[in-house]
Order: sequence, then structure tokens, then C-alpha cells
Amino acid sequence: MTRLDPLPQGAVPVGTGSEARVDLRVVAELVAPGSRVLDVGCGDGALLELLGRTRGVDGRGIELSQKGVNEAVARGLSVVQGDADTDLVYYPDNAFDYVILSQTLQATERPKQVLQHLLRIGRRAIVSFPNFGYWRLRSQILFRGRMPVTEDLPYSWYDTPNIHFCTIRDFVELTKEPEVNAVMEKAVALNAGGQKMSISAPWWFWNLFGEQGVFVLRRG
Amino acid sequence: MGTGELQAIDDAVEATRLRQTDAPDSQVVRFGPEGALKLDSGHSLAPWQIAYQTYGTLNADKSNAVLICHALTGDQHVHNIHPVTGKSGWWDLMVGPGLPIDTDRFFVICANVLGGCMGTTGPASANPATGRPYGLDLPVVTIPDMVRSQAALIDHLGIESLFLVIGGSMGGMQVLEWAASYPERVFAAAPIAAGARHSSQNIAFHEVGRQAIMADPDWRRGRYLEEGTSPRKGLAVARMAAHITYMSEMSLHSKFGRRLQDRERLTFGFDADFQIESYLRHQGLSFVDRFDANSYLYVTRAMDYFDIGASHGGRLAEAFRGTRTRFCVVSFTSDWLFPTAESRAVVHALNAAGASVSFAEIVTDRGHDAFLLDEPELFAILRGFVDSAARARGLA
Repeated sequence: MTRLDPLPQGAVPVGTGSEARVDLRVVAELVAPGSRVLDVGCGDGALLELLGRTRGVDGRGIELSQKGVNEAVARGLSVVQGDADTDLVYYPDNAFDYVILSQTLQATERPKQVLQHLLRIGRRAIVSFPNFGYWRLRSQILFRGRMPVTEDLPYSWYDTPNIHFCTIRDFVELTKEPEVNAVMEKAVALNAGGQKMSISAPWWFWNLFGEQGVFVLRRG
Repeated sequence: MGTGELQAIDDAVEATRLRQTDAPDSQVVRFGPEGALKLDSGHSLAPWQIAYQTYGTLNADKSNAVLICHALTGDQHVHNIHPVTGKSGWWDLMVGPGLPIDTDRFFVICANVLGGCMGTTGPASANPATGRPYGLDLPVVTIPDMVRSQAALIDHLGIESLFLVIGGSMGGMQVLEWAASYPERVFAAAPIAAGARHSSQNIAFHEVGRQAIMADPDWRRGRYLEEGTSPRKGLAVARMAAHITYMSEMSLHSKFGRRLQDRERLTFGFDADFQIESYLRHQGLSFVDRFDANSYLYVTRAMDYFDIGASHGGRLAEAFRGTRTRFCVVSFTSDWLFPTAESRAVVHALNAAGASVSFAEIVTDRGHDAFLLDEPELFAILRGFVDSAARARGLA
């Protein structure tokens, strides 16, 4: 399961093959048809394109890499080359129905401020991230004594763009902080197969067996 | 500059250029008193004319027209041999069959700007009141005036809405002005290496150029055409100063370094010992052949006055409120004339206005002039933008 061939510098892995599409589909299902969406860290625009095609969404994107911007623009998408940490401040309040941060939170310098901006710019924020409480990651630290390297998180600790990992439980605590004050409308955990886990499962179960968390938040 | 080098000025080329003023080697539309052009200064210009080139074919529903806006000292000859210099078109890398601005698919228009010297009314044109060249009696023109004159041309061609307006530097300013003034007439807009205003530093460089021209004794208070002189030294110096701002320190260093020109050692004098000196002198002199000194005063002034935000209550986003135009903004990392921050300010304003905007900062060490050069990333993003906009407009 360990994969060491590196992705392009700056890219944040969103899984491979069909798993990636499941991840995007789960996010897309959370977006109301016909809404205005800003995808922060949109990569090559795959999610925005999916949203446009299947949900009739009026989408915009922000992406750090030149390659991602070029590919997204060639898809006919409106994507601005920029950085979530520095550029969100320029977007006005309530500019979008949804602001999506898909698999990017862990790569930001200041996740808390980014989250605050998401909730300010969008009426709702959708955040998905890899769960660092996932049992395989825990077991790599516990049994091998090494920082985890997996198919979905393929970087070594010294060259990863991912600088702020958290567990599902950590993220839930962050949303409750007074400066953030978010209301959680929906929460979805995905297992290693990219499948949604039972809603009836308790938080500890998600935190241990969820490989990714996907949350829909709004201002409290 | 040595006087010997000034002999290198080609009088034949200059004579050819002067003939372009009233009767250009391109198409031209002449407007009479009924088509008077209202200027920002409050003056009204009539009669006046605008010279332009077209490439490709206008389709039946007139939905495939592309307007290219040229930079400070450019002209309408985007994609043909230049009638004065004999050189190929200034955007031959971008415009042509199969290129990002595909002349097989689009009807491409480029007009010489108001205040220019290649057939559109400018300070070298005859003043109808006196029969003599306008000189400084031509009212000062602005970027919005240039755009208004282009709109008159587009009206004349019977085109309701342009598929794309695109240009770099001063051309990019015109693109932004088009989008702000005629949002319903611009389907897609691509301002490259530009900004929504001319910065203090840019105004400063322009002032150096203008003062060099006006300090030349042959300028004759702008009446040199009648007096049979030409402020060649002043104009060449103006061009030399400006040319430095179009490049980057990195590109100057890699191109010239401190290498000597045709000699083994320093002369301990003021000849062009260094290759960079020789290069700048050449740039200055060849520019003098093909450009009118008074036009240089007018077009630089137009750029200086440009500030879209100021003309919309200080809020740039107001200029684009409600726009449905699709924007693609491009900047270059080594451009210090229009640094990326200027483009970002435009992007942020467009975001605030809810506009559809794409933006890329192209990594290059070639400075401001990169938009005229072979920059594959620039071509890639513009090709993607133009093709997707064409699909959105139903242009195959």
C-alpha cells in the first residue's frame, strides 16, 4: 500500500482512480442545483466541471499551480491562480452559495483563518480532508514509529505540502471555537473504499475508520 | 549619442512613415462633422479618421469578431508585413491560422489608436482649421477616447458585439476600458500585462521620455513637421529609457552582461563600449524612423491619465458591476512595469463584482515584453480561454 513515487510538487492527492471520483461525487451531491460555488484549491477543475455538468452550478476556482490553472481554463472554467492563505480576504461576504475546500485544508498555513473566510464568503462551506485519526495512519506511527505514508498521503514528512493534519474529531472541535462558530449541517465519513459510512456510527468509529471527512457548515 | 550614428537614420523610411499619416497602407474610415468624436477633455474631434487592418472572415451572424488593442508604440499591422519597416506583424506568434487567435475561425480587427501616427487622427494629421499639422493643438486624448473611437469603427463595420477584446500593456488598458464601458458588447476580454491604472513610477518614466523629446531643440514646440526638423535625439532617448522598462534585469544580464561591443578593452570614453549601450542606441534610432515624436507625447499621456477605479468613485469593482463578460487576466513574474499586483487588483475587483474571471501569472524572466515573445504558457492559457469561450458562444 505504500507508494513512494512522488506527485508533482504542490499537488494534493485526492486518491486515485475511481476513489477520486467517489470523493468528488460525494461533495457534488451536497451542493444544491443551480447554486454559485467557489472551489478553493480546485486543481485541474475536475470537481467544478462535475458540478457544472451534473448540478448546473455557476462555478469559480482558486488554484496555486500554473498547470492546474491552464487545464481548468482549457475546460472553460473560471479559475484564478492564487493562494487560499492570502487571497480569500479579497472575496466579499456572501459572494457564493457554497465555498468548497476539498482536500486542501491540511495544506494551508492557517487553517482556522481559512475556515473563517469560507464561512464569510459562502452561505455554506463544504470541507473535506484526510482523517489523520484513520487507523492505518495511527498504526504506522504506533507500530513502525514512522510518519505515515499511504496511497492517499504519499509524501515523506520532509517534502509534503500537507503541514496541518487533523483528525475528524480535531476538526469538529475547531468548528465549535468561538471565532469560528460554525453550525454543522451534515457530516460524512468515507472509508478506504471511498464509500460513505453509516450515519448511525458513533464519532469515535468515524474518527478511527473514516479515511476522509466531508462536512457541510454554515455560520452559527 | 554620436552624430555619426544619427546618419544611420533612414530618410526613405521616415518619408514612407509620414505618408501613412493621412493615407495609410490599410483600411481607413473617415468620419465627418456628423460623426464627431466626443473626448474626455470636453473637446469634440471632427473630422477624424481611424485606420485598421482585418484578417479572416466575418461570419453570417457577426459573432466571431475579435478586436486586438495594440500597445504604446504598436499599430494595426498585427499579422502582415509592416508598410514602413518591412518587418512581419507584431503578434504573428499569436494571430494566424491555427494560432490561439485563429484567423481561420475569427474575424480579427486591429485599429491604430487615436493619437497615433499610422493613419488614425493624431498630432501629425492635418488640422482642418489651419490646414497645418495639429502638433500640440490636438486635444489630449485618453484611453476611453481611444476605445470610443474603436467603438465607432465597430459600429461602422455593423458589429453589435465583439467575441473577444484582447491586448497587452496599453492594449490591456483598452481591453479593461472596453469591458467597463461597453459590457454588453464584449463577450470575452483578455487584458495581458496591464492594470486598471498607470502607477506613479510608470508616469515618472513617461515624463522622462516626454522631457527628452521637448528638450530637443529640433522639437520646435511641436511644430517640427512644418519647420523641416525632427526631434530625433529626444525621441531616441525617450525610447531608450522606455525600452529598459520593457525588459527585466535578468533578461538584460543574460542577453548582454557586461560584454563589450566590437572591442577588446574599454576605450575610456563615451562611445558604446558595452553591448547593452549599442543595443539601446539601435533600439532608439530604429524607433525614430517609424514613430512620430508628438504621437509619443500623446499616447504616453493617455496611459498616464488612465485610472478606471478613480472614474468609478474610487471603487474598481464598481466599474465591472453586473458584467457578464468572461475575463482572462495574465501577468508575468518579471514584469516591473505592470507587476502582478496590478493584475491581481483587477482580478480582486472582478471577483468582488461576481465576474467570471481566470487569472494566471506566467513564470518568465523576459519582463513586460514577454507578451510579444514566444511564451508557451501564455499561448496555452489563451488558447484554452479562447477555445472555451468560442464553444460557449457556439463558434465551432
